[in-house]
Amino acid sequence: MYTLSKNLKLTAFIFMAVGAILFAVDYYNLPSTTEEVAAMEAAHGDGHGGGHETEATHDNGHGEAAAHGETSSHSEGGHEMTPEEHNEHVLGQYQNKPWSAIYIAAFFFFMIALACLAFYAIQYASQAGWSPLVLRVMEGITAYLLPGSIIMFILLCLSSSHVNHMFHWMAEGITDPDNAHYDKLIDGKSGYLNIPFFLGRAAFFIIGWNLYRYFALKFSKNQDEATDNRWHKKSFKAAAMFLVFFIYTESIMSWDWIMSLDPHWFSTLFGWYVFAGMMVCAITTIALVTIVLKSQGYLKQVNDSHIHDLAKFMFAFSIFWTYLWFSQFMLIWYSNIPEEVTYFITRIEDYNLPFFAMLGMNFVFPLLLLMNSDFKRVNWFVVMAGIVILLGHYVDLFNMVMPATVGKSWSFGFVEIGSLLFFLGLFIFVVFRSLSKRPLEPKRNPLIEESKHFHY
Amino acid sequence: MSTGSHVIHALYTDDDVLMNAVKEAKKKHLHINEVYTPFPVHGLDKAMGLAPTKLAITAFMYGCVGLTVAITMMNFIMIEDWPQNIGGKPSFSYIENMPAFVPIMFELTVFFAAHLMVITFYMRSRLWPFKKAENPDVRTTDDHFLMEIDASGHDAQELADFLVGTGATEINLVANEE
Repeated sequence: MYTLSKNLKLTAFIFMAVGAILFAVDYYNLPSTTEEVAAMEAAHGDGHGGGHETEATHDNGHGEAAAHGETSSHSEGGHEMTPEEHNEHVLGQYQNKPWSAIYIAAFFFFMIALACLAFYAIQYASQAGWSPLVLRVMEGITAYLLPGSIIMFILLCLSSSHVNHMFHWMAEGITDPDNAHYDKLIDGKSGYLNIPFFLGRAAFFIIGWNLYRYFALKFSKNQDEATDNRWHKKSFKAAAMFLVFFIYTESIMSWDWIMSLDPHWFSTLFGWYVFAGMMVCAITTIALVTIVLKSQGYLKQVNDSHIHDLAKFMFAFSIFWTYLWFSQFMLIWYSNIPEEVTYFITRIEDYNLPFFAMLGMNFVFPLLLLMNSDFKRVNWFVVMAGIVILLGHYVDLFNMVMPATVGKSWSFGFVEIGSLLFFLGLFIFVVFRSLSKRPLEPKRNPLIEESKHFHY
Repeated sequence: MSTGSHVIHALYTDDDVLMNAVKEAKKKHLHINEVYTPFPVHGLDKAMGLAPTKLAITAFMYGCVGLTVAITMMNFIMIEDWPQNIGGKPSFSYIENMPAFVPIMFELTVFFAAHLMVITFYMRSRLWPFKKAENPDVRTTDDHFLMEIDASGHDAQELADFLVGTGATEINLVANEE
């Protein structure tokens, strides 16, 4: 039986507190009026002591970039923006910044819990013999699913009620031909992208995922007390049904919650791409939590072969992620169709470092580090690779969300770090508290003996 | 009776019995020349104390060679030798046109790694067409397991008794052909 130590609880709360403070500090420093934006840009220009001192050339340069950037809000007509319009445009981006930071961090930890649930279901559906010893770790991680998905739903509701302007298609008057904000392309998609349907889908998915988690845990609890394998068979059936439900809903969720941030852009393998990213994060988290618990003396039966298997999954899913990332990138780069390629042009021009650093962190690093069979059995190697993979996929998410909401006005500052820390603290607290609720070893899982003697 | 340059062939009909025999022979510090089995016996290499294979390391290096070949080849052909404008693809530098080369870079890496590793395996385990099969007993390709022990310097009778004790169904004393 695992007990949640006071230190860990304290650490989690410190993370949350520090995160909230960092967020608040930076939040009050963000510009809130167009005058402040103008003042900030002037200071910025001076700071770089550049050649573009005169107002006209300065604004002109920005106006052009924003017009062909297509990422954000108001004017996409390709017309030159006046300085006032430009300042308003930049202000809109700054107002999105804290929201996007929360959104990314919230989604990051939510997706770990969700993909962990999918991985958990795969273990039951495939009747894996190696994994029963780490099933409780997975159940613990999925405990974050309920709070995480509720937070996501609240964020989506806030966006839907126009508290922020992250989802451009939700803007007022965008589907009204008489309105100045009318956007024909978005109007054409409004049969799918409209707020009631959007929130209805989100609610349906969240209820579905949480229902499976509720029943999966119930069945596994009952199996511990049972005298036959009736509940295990139920777990198997529930897992198989959930996996079908999951792959449809995950795909639609990725269009809704991430792809619709860029409502002019579309990609067919986006659902798989998001899936690969969340899967590798979930497996990495399982490996990290397992190693932490093992090093504290719990999970005595877990041996190096279990860690080896998890590391193999980390390695393989990292490469799968890269495969999908590249498939998406290369097809769009190669055909170079303007309506699709803007997505990558804005990312490469405005987010060059995060865009390419992410490839190093998510592909090259795990590829070279986890290729060796012996290294996969060395715990601190797995931890090191795992931390880089998790950070890399945070950057991946950053690259998906930020260019669509804040465009060129991005930076990696206290708002981003603060919200990441806050949700990390919450995640640690929820997961480890849930782990302390039940014994870490399933009692009469039919495959537990095989798992105890698992040896690679 | 001392045996000079002879080997003893001990035949087994079960892989579990064979594994135990190998372990006991190791315990007695007998020199096992070779073990012939009809199929891979899990853990046999560890029991015999064979060194782990380095084939994976060679494969990694061959893969690096393949990647280098692909990059050098395409950099020369597409960028240096004749940088044409083909469908508007940027051929000014390798990196600008790299996404288009990645499929070939990947395939050549896999090609070199796979084929050269297989050839290395053939060379290292001395396998090629028209090679004379080294099979001391035809039954070992079907349902028998054979452990070959160096009998030089040992009493043959004593060795045979020991091997029968480990579950051997048949013991043959064979003159060493080498």
